[in-house]
Order: sequence, then structure tokens, then C-alpha cells
Amino acid sequence: MNNEEKEVEHHHIVSPRIYVAIGCALLILTATTAAVSYIDLGVFNAVVALAIAVFKAMLVVLFFMHIKYSTKLTKLTVISGVFIFLGLISMTMADYMSRAWGRW
Amino acid sequence: MSDSTATGHAVAAEPHHEHPPYQRHHFETVDQQFDATNFAMWLFLLTEVMFFGGLFTAYLILRNWYYPAFVEGSHQLSIFWGTANTAVLITSSFTMAMGVWCAETRRKSALLLCLGLTFFLGLIFLGIKSIEYHEKWVKHHVPGFHYSEQSFVNPSTDPEVYKEYHDAPLAVDMANKTELYFFLYFAMTGMHALHMIIGIGILGFMIMRAKAGAYTTGHVTFVENFGLYWHFVDIIWIFLYPLLYLISRHT
Amino acid sequence: MSTATIITLPNQATARIPKVNFLTKENGLLSWLLTGDHKRIATLYLVSITFFFFIGGALAGLIRLELLTPQSDLVAADTYNKLFTMHGLIMVFFFLVPSVPATIGNFVIPMMVGAKDLALPKINLLSWYLYIVAGGMMLYTMANGGVDTGWTFTTPLSTHYLNTNVISAGLAVFVAGFSSIFTGLNFIVTIHKMRCPGMTWFRLPLFVWSNYAASILMVLGTPVLAITLVLVVLERTVHIGVFDPAMGGDPLLFQHLFWFYSHPAVYIMILPGMGVISEVVSTFSRKRVFGYTAVAFSSVAIAVFGFFVWAHHMFIMGISNYAALVFSLLTMLVAVPSAIKIFNWAFTLYKGSITFETPMLYAFGFMGLFTIGGMTGVFLGATGTDIHLTETYFIVAHFHFVMVGGMLMAFLSGIHFWWPKWTGRMYPEKISQLAALITFIGFNFTFFPQFILGTLGMPRRYAAYPPEFQVLNVFSTAGATILGVGYMLPILYLTWSLKYGEIAGDNPWQATGLEWQVQSPPLTENFPKIPIMDHEAYDYEWLASQQQKEVASVG
Repeated sequence: MNNEEKEVEHHHIVSPRIYVAIGCALLILTATTAAVSYIDLGVFNAVVALAIAVFKAMLVVLFFMHIKYSTKLTKLTVISGVFIFLGLISMTMADYMSRAWGRW
Repeated sequence: MSDSTATGHAVAAEPHHEHPPYQRHHFETVDQQFDATNFAMWLFLLTEVMFFGGLFTAYLILRNWYYPAFVEGSHQLSIFWGTANTAVLITSSFTMAMGVWCAETRRKSALLLCLGLTFFLGLIFLGIKSIEYHEKWVKHHVPGFHYSEQSFVNPSTDPEVYKEYHDAPLAVDMANKTELYFFLYFAMTGMHALHMIIGIGILGFMIMRAKAGAYTTGHVTFVENFGLYWHFVDIIWIFLYPLLYLISRHT
Repeated sequence: MSTATIITLPNQATARIPKVNFLTKENGLLSWLLTGDHKRIATLYLVSITFFFFIGGALAGLIRLELLTPQSDLVAADTYNKLFTMHGLIMVFFFLVPSVPATIGNFVIPMMVGAKDLALPKINLLSWYLYIVAGGMMLYTMANGGVDTGWTFTTPLSTHYLNTNVISAGLAVFVAGFSSIFTGLNFIVTIHKMRCPGMTWFRLPLFVWSNYAASILMVLGTPVLAITLVLVVLERTVHIGVFDPAMGGDPLLFQHLFWFYSHPAVYIMILPGMGVISEVVSTFSRKRVFGYTAVAFSSVAIAVFGFFVWAHHMFIMGISNYAALVFSLLTMLVAVPSAIKIFNWAFTLYKGSITFETPMLYAFGFMGLFTIGGMTGVFLGATGTDIHLTETYFIVAHFHFVMVGGMLMAFLSGIHFWWPKWTGRMYPEKISQLAALITFIGFNFTFFPQFILGTLGMPRRYAAYPPEFQVLNVFSTAGATILGVGYMLPILYLTWSLKYGEIAGDNPWQATGLEWQVQSPPLTENFPKIPIMDHEAYDYEWLASQQQKEVASVG
């Protein structure tokens, strides 16, 4: 039909072994992020917590949601969602943060 | 031009062949149908990302402004229940992923088990959530309904939390801002719980259909797409958990 | 007006409307209400948005009538507030956003890509039902006393100071938003996954490209509006405080979130119109659109840039100077792809064999008025001039030039252009050319004086104004009357043509799109067999050789 469809590997079946591994990794990361929040890292508490959350989300997206095995189009869809979301946050924050700089 | 049925086109030289019953008439092939619905599901999840995105933006700005209020607000959340719920949800995501695998490999009873477990874990999540909500209600921490800043203006009146974190009393104007924290808590977890409830409803429907063998004949689109939805709801929680529960747990 | 025409109709004595087509396939109300056919859903949409257009238009008429005199004598000031609010809400969310995509787009996109239907017919029908539910809620709002926040729901006005029906209006827009999300989602999936063999991305008609770009905006932008309106409703019902400065919230946060959708929304409204213009300009100058690739990518560029300029609606609302600077520069960038389109249409006309049928007249109207609307947008995007011009009639004139002069012209152009395909019958050419002319004249009379009023400093959204502005306001109201006539005419003669119009045949315009190669009105499944696309878009030589072949085979 068209290009996207040709490259589809239909019904790529992910082995349950991978699911088990990812599930365990997610549980371990959950315990880690809870434990780290009890250590005082200053601003890095938030950074570490978010980094772990992003990593967990990536595991879910890549393996549970099969993005690792899907077409470029689906990958691009996910990336564009993240991009626009970051656009919303960063451009809004740009206003809030630069308000503190005062007027020129 | 008067021949109104002529297409004026070469037509696809495609022999007519039998379609499986689940193929909709306007798709040329089953693969095309699978691709299209799968892509549509991803686009729908994209809209969901942006839907929660508005709340995350509000959270980010208010947290930066009123960090002390957010810290003490988050101390009011039970780390035990929060972590337990995260584990429950991740496990349910795992059972859902296994469910997709069972459907793909046409194992009917295993599929039923997986869907049933996912359904059950989803209910446990909501149960724990309602325990937490109830606790907030008792302590007057539900914004807009007799909200009380007592625990923040005078933390020692809240011994359970105080003995663990020894929070310093907040000035009244900062203590007021904990209401914003709790509003965001309820809005974000509530919106998430709403998605869970919808998901559990669909799961119930799927279990009935799976019993009739609808998903173990090679047509896995519905299970697969519902799986995407369920994992997405999981991902939202993966972010909510550190943002709401883990702002700062050290004393 | 030149008498040259490209219209080729079949012999009226022998021609018949094909017995089997999507309109006659099934009968009865239920066959319409439960249909999955994109062409029937498009028809449902066409009827519904026309209904809302006339409600919105009537409200506009009342506004102009009130502004005939400097005092607020026809209606009281607070009634006037409700009039312009309801006018804005209905026109934006119930007419402009669904206008071209949900009607014309729904009707032709599957045929243009060579598919039997949109990828998700049930979702398409659901989208129409959501629209109807939302429309019902909006009518309820109106019957219940209306809402007077302005269509922007500006906080804290909407959350703290008004006792009108903000909640039902907000929820109506929320539901309408999901209707448009589902339409956009359906288009994106269809364009990606349902193209016929040979239909590569660069063989797609430009109408498909521009609807694709608009769909991206719908899918990514609308949910943010949805959550924002939920927050407004919660703010009113349980006083959550996120937008309330007294509780530590920030009304500007509402502005950020609202305009994050509502700026891209203006591109949702204009991009599909630009697609119509590409089709029409090419067909009536018998030339491939000049710079096809540039026009295609400029749609996508507008969609992408469109997401990063929203704060230019907030220059005077207290955002930081530095952010204003960045947003102002990004705003200037959007002018580039828009200009690319205008220049490429102009080059398409160059040395083309231009004829002046009604769709083309509207397209010319679009090109002139949209250019003026776009250029005045640059005035408003520049931080300095914006401070003087914003919240005056200049801004009213600016967006009416873009939305009415641009989108509505494009919509009418498209409706006339695809009317023969839709109904199988021609509209009456002479009177419709007259209507196009009346619309253009009436439009300029209505809105050009408002540019002058704005620069003189007349603020928008007031029922009364200083007497020295009266002359221009009288001009504007008089123009609105002419404009009203211009919009009534098509309703009348298009309805008339349903029964008495000439039989159009398959391809009255000698156009190249796949939708013109099938019968009019098309079959429910569009194509007897899925076509194979073996030529570029707008390939008039292919069309000529095709017709020669046909003549040879018949002979």
C-alpha cells in the first residue's frame, strides 16, 4: 500500500520473559525512587525523581506498548506528543521565570 | 462524460477473496485495519497527554511558587499507600501486557486469567485510592469543602505526621497555599482515577467477550489497543507518584 | 465579466442523476442518523453548521444594529455583552472550527486519497453527535440567559465576577472540542493509512495536506482547552483557586493554557480554507499549483510554528518583557509560510487560462482579504504597535478579515466548487457570481471602517461609543446589511438548485482530483474498485489524454 505499511512487522509478539523483566525493573525502580526521596540531595531530589519516572515511562512505552518494535510513524507520534508537551511547559515557564528579571 | 459510472481509471487488479468476519468493509486488508486502528489509538493517547499536560503545567508553576506548602502538603500523603498503589498499578500493567501476549498466541483461559487479574488489580488501586481520599476528608484536607490549614499552621496538632517529619509551622499565607496543593492532588489523581474507572468498565466488557472467544481467533486489535490505554494510565501514575508523594520526604 | 468558462455539462436532454448514489442508497431518517458514510455525515454537518451560522449571524446583525448609534439604546449594555459573547462562541466553535474540515473535508478527503471511507466511520458519526450535544448545550445556554464573558472565558471575570451561564457554555465548548478532536484524529489516520495504491504523499491534493496540518493542531491543541475549561468550571463550582489570585492562583495561567489552544485554533480555522483555495485556483487557471512542495510544507510549517506563538494574545496582560520579545519574533515567523502560499497562488495564476466561475471569485476574495488580514496581524504581533491597537476595533477588523474574509470566503468557494459533486446538480452560475460580488463588497464596507475606528482608538466590546465614531459605524452597519444579503442568497439558490439545477455530470470543472473521476453524487463506497493513482496531482495533460481515450473508446 504505502511505505509505512511495508515496514510493519505485523503482530511482533514480545516474549513474556521480556515482560517479566520489565515488570520487575519497574517495581525495583519504584522502590528506589521512594528510598531516594528520604535522602537530602537538595534540588537534585526532584531531578532524580523525575529522571527515574522518565526512565520507567520509557520502559513501559518501549516494551509494554511495543514502541521498540513498531513503525517509524508510531515512534514519531510519541515523540511529537512529548515535543509539544515540552513546548507547552517550557514556553509557559519561560514567561514565569523571566518575569522575575524585572523590566528593562 | 455522460457515462456516469465510468471512473476513468485503471482499477486495482485484485482478485476477490473472502474476508474474515471482523474486517470492516472499507478496509482493503486486515493488516490495514489493524494499522489504522492502532495508529488512531496512539493519536488518542496523544490528546490524553495534552489533556493531562495542562494540569502538569499548573502543577509546575504553583509548585515553584509555593514550594514549602507543597512539601508539607505532600507529607500528608501516606507513602505506604502511595507506593503500594504504584506497585499494584505496575503489576496490573504487567498482567495486561501478558494478556495481549495471550491473545496473540491464542490462549483463551490464560487471557481470561490475565484480564481478570488486571480487572482485580484495578479495583484494588481504586480501593486504596478511596482509603486515601477518605483520610483527607476526615482531616478536612479536601479543598473547597471546609478546608482546614490546622495541620500546617500548627503541625504539632497533627502528631502522626509531625513525629515523622517535624515540619516547621508555615506562615498563614503560605499555609493557605496547601489548599492549591490539595486541589492539584485531587484534580490529578481524580482525573487519573476517572480513566481507571473507564478502563475497568471496558475490561469487564472485554472479559465477557473473551469468554465467548472473541479475542483468541487472531483478531487482537481491541485487546492490543485497550492495552495501550491501560499502559498510558499507568504512565500518568508513574509521574503523579513522585510529583505528589515524593516532593521531599527527608527531614 | 468574461463569458469564457470551463464548465462542461452533459447533454441536459438525456442526462440523468445516477439512480444509485449515496443519497438514494437508503431511505428514512434512521439511515441518516445511524450512517457510517462519510458523505452522509458531511451532509449532516453541513446542515448543522449552517443552522449555527445563521444564529451567529443574527447575533452579529443585532450587534451591528446596536452600534448604529453612539448610545446603548437598542439593547442594554449587559445584553450587548451577551450578544457578542454568544456570537463569538457560536461562530468560533460551532461554525469556523468545523466548517471546512467537518463538511467539505469529510466529504472529499476519503475520495481524494482513494479510499472507500474514513478510517473510523463510527468515530466520525460520534463526532457529529458530540457536535449536536454541544450545540444543544449552547442553545440551552442561550435560552437560559446567555453568557457574557467574551468568547475567551477570561479569568477572573468568568470565575469570580459574573453570574451568567459560564458553566453550561464552558461544558458545551468542552464537548465541541472532543467532536473536533475526533474529526482531526480520523483525518490523520485516513491520510496515513487509507491512501490508494500509487497515492504517494506528494501526489495528494493540497487540500489533503492542509487538512492534515489542521488535524494535527486539533489533536494536540484541543485537549489543553478541554482541561482549561474543566478548571474554569471547577473554579466556579468548588473555588479551587488555581486561577484565583486571592488563593495563590494565577489568572495568567488560564491565559497561557487557553491561548495554547486558541491560537492554533485560528490555524485550525484557516488552514483547511487555504486547501480549498489551492484546489480552486489550480482548477480555474488550468495549471498545476506553482511550487506544490512549498505549499504543502508551508501548511505543516504553519501548524508547527502555530504552537509557539500563543502569548502574543497576552502582551498587555503582564507577561514578562523577555517572553513577549520571543513570542513576538516567533509570530513574525508565521507570516513566512502564509506568504509562501499567497505568492504561490499568485504564480499559479500567472500565464494560466483563468476563468471566473463562482468558486474562483470567492477564491480571489480570499486572497485579497486574507492578505490584508494577515498583514494587519503583523501589526498586532509587534509588541509596540500591539499596545496601541489591541482591544480596539483594529483587532476586531483583523480577525474578521482572516476568519470571515478568509475562511468564510474559502468555505463558500469550496461549497460552490464541490456542490455539483455533492448533489449532482449545478448551482445557477449568474446569480451566484452576483452573490460572490455582493459578499465581497459588503464585507469591505463592514470591516474596513473598523480598521480606521481601531486606530482612532474605539475600544471593542462596548455598547456605547463617543459620537465622533458614528459615521464609520454607520458605514459598517450598512455594510453588514449588504453582507447579510450576500449570505442569504446562496442558501436560497443552493436549495433551489437541489431540484432545478442543471445536471452536472461527473466532472463539470474538468478538474483532476480523484473525486471528480467518479459519478456525481458518488456511490456510497465512492469507487466501484479502488483506483490506482498513476499521475501527479493537478496533471491536466493526464486528464486530457484520459478524455481522449474515452472519446475514442465510445466512438
